[in-house]
Amino acid sequence: MIDWEIVADNLPAFAGGLVNTLILLATVVVSGFAVSVPLALVRSMRSPHFSRAVWLFTYGIRGTPLLVQLFVIYYGIAQFEFVRSSAIWPLFRSPWFCAWLALTINTVAYTTEIFAGAIRTTAPGEIEAARSIGLSRAAVLRYVIWPSAWRRALPQYGNEVVMMMHATALASTVTIVEVMRVARDVYTNYLVLAESFGVAAAIYLCLTIGLTTFFRWLETHFLRHLSRSNAPNAREKPAEHLNPKVA
Amino acid sequence: MFQGYLPMILGGLRVTLSVASVSLAIACVIGLIGASAKVYGGKAARLSAAAYTTTVRALPDLLVMLVVFYGGQILLNSISETYGWGYLDVDPYIAGVSTIGFVFGAYLTETFRGAILSVPAGQIEAGFAYGLSRWQVAFYILLPQMIRHAVPGLTNTWLVMLKATALVSIIGLDDMVHRAGLASAATREPFTFYALIGLIYLAVTTFSVLLFGALEKLSSRGVRSGGAA
Repeated sequence: MIDWEIVADNLPAFAGGLVNTLILLATVVVSGFAVSVPLALVRSMRSPHFSRAVWLFTYGIRGTPLLVQLFVIYYGIAQFEFVRSSAIWPLFRSPWFCAWLALTINTVAYTTEIFAGAIRTTAPGEIEAARSIGLSRAAVLRYVIWPSAWRRALPQYGNEVVMMMHATALASTVTIVEVMRVARDVYTNYLVLAESFGVAAAIYLCLTIGLTTFFRWLETHFLRHLSRSNAPNAREKPAEHLNPKVA
Repeated sequence: MFQGYLPMILGGLRVTLSVASVSLAIACVIGLIGASAKVYGGKAARLSAAAYTTTVRALPDLLVMLVVFYGGQILLNSISETYGWGYLDVDPYIAGVSTIGFVFGAYLTETFRGAILSVPAGQIEAGFAYGLSRWQVAFYILLPQMIRHAVPGLTNTWLVMLKATALVSIIGLDDMVHRAGLASAATREPFTFYALIGLIYLAVTTFSVLLFGALEKLSSRGVRSGGAA
């Protein structure tokens, strides 16, 4: 049966691991979002040159394992003498910076494609209407294209954030003591499964449920104007998916 | 350039590809069982299939992999202890393919469930009306039509799975990532070897996308496409 003493003894370690997992996730999500919104705009530009350059980046990243990207950055960069003798070397020597960089690059690739897809599917009439009443390009982007693209992208973006949370577990391979590393250490020390990986699984399960609940709330918040069942745009989504109370 | 380590890395590619394809086969079998449990099963079958797909998809792959790997080891040894066989070691290859198959079986359960539901019920009824048996209906009517709806999801799962095989290096399987690590340590050129296997992964995913695109065309032949009408 479960040895609750081992669980209790290691709870502080798990709490510390949880803090590290959350720090990593939060920094990656913030920087990933900040970089992918402008990249998505470039990716959805009519000029094929810029769009193709961004596509090449996202394709390359999406086609390779995150673990390999992490190893290239953490172990690989150190191969170059000019990096080791430069001012940025302390950054690449830090597992935190490398894990943050690898996870950010990875999520930027996926998020850029999600947002670009949502921007591309903006109804052309909406843009024409906005232009015809004299809005500038920047205003069209700010008030017409982005709000509707963001709403369309939300469900997929929520999935991506949950997957990023799961991906933080890979940081345990470069010495960061997050939830996964704590679980592996507890397992090595006591050779018990439920008390080590079981506790970690419970933590990840709670995080997954928390994030999906948060994103469902965001969806109902941003889509509340569509929650009347006769709204024309509501037909792609079943009505019960939206919050009925707001209507 | 690779100081003679290229053949070793390419040997690792064979391990990676073999892990990926055997895992895919296992995941397909689990996915078919899970999907039939969800669509046709009784209450107990539906509940256990739902528990399986939700928990596996709510946890990091690496965690599930280590639980199955270590748990399998414990289970195997408790069985061997009862029969007095002595200490048994789980073969990392078998552990690797069964864990990846187990994880991605959850994703394929959802893919196949959707594919089963998209085959028109009238076709199944027609099969029974002609006096076909349940197995005949499954093999001649349901499966061939399911494939068309399952190919996009299958492609996606294959690509994600191919990349997830990199994790088996953590449970000690001698795959491409593991060998790149060995070559890096010996030559002190980690960038060269990790970048190399990154490019190999990219080549394999690109080839897979083209191949599955062709399969999608093949499985949809004779089907009117939406745009043509």
